[in-house]
Amino acid sequence: MTNKKTSVPFNGTPEQEQALQKVIEAHKNERGALMPVLQEAQEIYGYLPLEVQEMIARGMDVPLEEIYGVATFYSQFTLNPKGKYKISVCLGTACYVKGSGDIFDRLSRALGIGNGECTPDGKFSLEACRCIGACGLAPVITINDDVYGRLVPDDVEKILAKYAD
Amino acid sequence: MYRSHVLVCGGTGCTSSGSEKIIAALESEIQKNGLVEEVKVIRTGCFGLCALGPIMIVYPEGCFYSMVQPEDIPEIVSEHLLKGRIVKRLLYSETVIEDSDAVKSLDETDFYKKQLRVALRNCGVINPENIDEYIAYDGYQALGKCLTEYTPEQVIDIIKQSGLRGRGGGGFPTGVKWSLARANDADQKYVCCNADEGDPGAFMDRSVLEGDPHVVLEAMAIAGYAIGATQGYIYVRAEYPIAVKRLQIAIDQAREYGLLGKNIFGTDFCFDIDLRLGAGAFVCGEETALMTSIEGHRGEPRPRPPFPAQKGLFGKPTILNNVETYANIPQIILKGSDWFSGMGTEKSKGTKVFALGGKIKHTGLVEIPMGTTLREVIEEIGGGIPNGKKFKAAQTGGPSGGCIPASLIDTPMDYDNLIAIGSMMGSGGLIVMDEDTCMVDIAKFFLEFTVDESCGKCTPCRVGTKRLLELLNKITSGNGELADLDKMEELCYYIKANSLCGLGQTAPNPVLSTLRYFRDEYVAHVVDKKCPAGVCKDLLSYSIDADKCKGCTLCARNCPVGAIEGKVKELHTIDTTKCIKCGVCMEKCKFGAVVKK
Repeated sequence: MTNKKTSVPFNGTPEQEQALQKVIEAHKNERGALMPVLQEAQEIYGYLPLEVQEMIARGMDVPLEEIYGVATFYSQFTLNPKGKYKISVCLGTACYVKGSGDIFDRLSRALGIGNGECTPDGKFSLEACRCIGACGLAPVITINDDVYGRLVPDDVEKILAKYAD
Repeated sequence: MYRSHVLVCGGTGCTSSGSEKIIAALESEIQKNGLVEEVKVIRTGCFGLCALGPIMIVYPEGCFYSMVQPEDIPEIVSEHLLKGRIVKRLLYSETVIEDSDAVKSLDETDFYKKQLRVALRNCGVINPENIDEYIAYDGYQALGKCLTEYTPEQVIDIIKQSGLRGRGGGGFPTGVKWSLARANDADQKYVCCNADEGDPGAFMDRSVLEGDPHVVLEAMAIAGYAIGATQGYIYVRAEYPIAVKRLQIAIDQAREYGLLGKNIFGTDFCFDIDLRLGAGAFVCGEETALMTSIEGHRGEPRPRPPFPAQKGLFGKPTILNNVETYANIPQIILKGSDWFSGMGTEKSKGTKVFALGGKIKHTGLVEIPMGTTLREVIEEIGGGIPNGKKFKAAQTGGPSGGCIPASLIDTPMDYDNLIAIGSMMGSGGLIVMDEDTCMVDIAKFFLEFTVDESCGKCTPCRVGTKRLLELLNKITSGNGELADLDKMEELCYYIKANSLCGLGQTAPNPVLSTLRYFRDEYVAHVVDKKCPAGVCKDLLSYSIDADKCKGCTLCARNCPVGAIEGKVKELHTIDTTKCIKCGVCMEKCKFGAVVKK
């Protein structure tokens, strides 16, 4: 799994912490608020390192182990930072039947990283994801908010080149 | 008044293929040509024919333009919208009438003519971000009728008599579920909507949420009235950003119009709805796990009884229905239970939406009466298998379902028939496979999914699925024995019988159904150490056909591991000890000289 403890040092800013405190304040007395708070915290920091989980534990008065339990249960939450460009390869059934496994292999080879990993320069991260519902365009990958569909493995290098900046 | 309306699909499929750029280009071209007062562009929900996206329809002519690119827009605007001349080259080929300027109606095309749209009625028809358009299509009339003409018991009776069964997988009668929750007294009850569409390859719920969000709100309010609840929650996947956004807009608009909130339609009935975002856990589609997740915990299921109708969300009586089930409710109230039960088969009433995907020409969403045969769906509506390949199997029910072989293609699809042949309706994903799909590999694919998504709470599911996957890996890597097949079967039945929730109870289905219908293929892997479909890499080897190789060096230059040797204009050979079987050489070879065995 991708949720191993990260080796990247935490460097949150005071602005981020302030934003997080606001979120905690807004949800504090709501029933079942932990998930929305974690979701918004991940929006702010991009991931949920232990330091952020500790802040939430203190702010919400919820034991840290419970927060860790929830954060590691759901695949949307990540304890590792993602790359500047997040590549997700859909391995849903429709995409898989149409060869998204080969697309994944090609990307993995081109970037030299495996599932859930990030390139050493922090530029690309790669992950296999569940169906994103664009089955009509299978096989599909997304890079941040851009969607690329109807792919063949040879398209991979061309697409990566677009992010060469 | 506008003289022309241009409907552009803003569903996820078409958005992914660029419909936002199309809308921007349309708006700027319309401005340039001074047509702002005459032509209106509307962003709608999904039309269903995702394979041809981005899609747009121009009314009043009803021209269906497919695979539109931004470069095409100036031509469409200046020719069609300005001069009234249809741009034939962009029309969906099936709607073109030779030697005529008219177009065939969409209802006459193979893809649409057998469809019957109830749940998808408004998708691709109205602007989902405008409550007035929903109201203009009888929206919120059913809620008004319930509140002012029927008692809660009468509402439940109508739903019971309609024969509506849950569209999320299990097929439990909706009316019965409601009456169970009604019967329990409590100071607070809840109505939940399961919009955590987790089956890979199913996207009908997303399309309803994106194309017609108000129908879900209206139906939930009706359910609230029927069982005596004042609060609703929609648990929707965070992976569906467009659906989340449109639901929030719809909730805000409904509150503004007084259709959610206090004293709805001037009655005593109060009801409100909030959104909760899922965070990517398949098990949260299970009802008790979903409720645990809304409460803010790890989404683990709990044993039943007590059923949610007694003790559900926050320990209170709760009903949970899925999006497509709700989408049927307002129509049943307005048109009556007889109308609804007049469609479908004896025990499965109404229609079902299927998401057609995989090796099929028209990938997309189709809504058909229950009892339509698989053959009609694949060959007529779906347009058959592309590239002249042969149909091998259809997978329904996602990771909980099974594979239907070609020999059963004439099975009428309803809840009970699908169970009888070892699959299930599930949420309606229908993945078509051709001869290039390995059934052992598919079983493995689904098992990998369930192993990953098993929440770990109960041992049969957590450990059992893992052992099952190990056996499958043993077989696909060429180390299987015949006895493994029997071992797998035994393990499957054990997992089914002993798992806590629906995830584990159905997880072995993909293995069982492929073992049942494609045992030969398993035997080929185990005894002959061959993968007949040429998918399982460990059982394949690549070689170069000496008669066809021209010595062009293209394969050698592209091989990532340097496993191919050969000089220019001489025969090349593959060193199988170095070969990683990536298939690049085969893709690159222009002479078809690389052979996979």
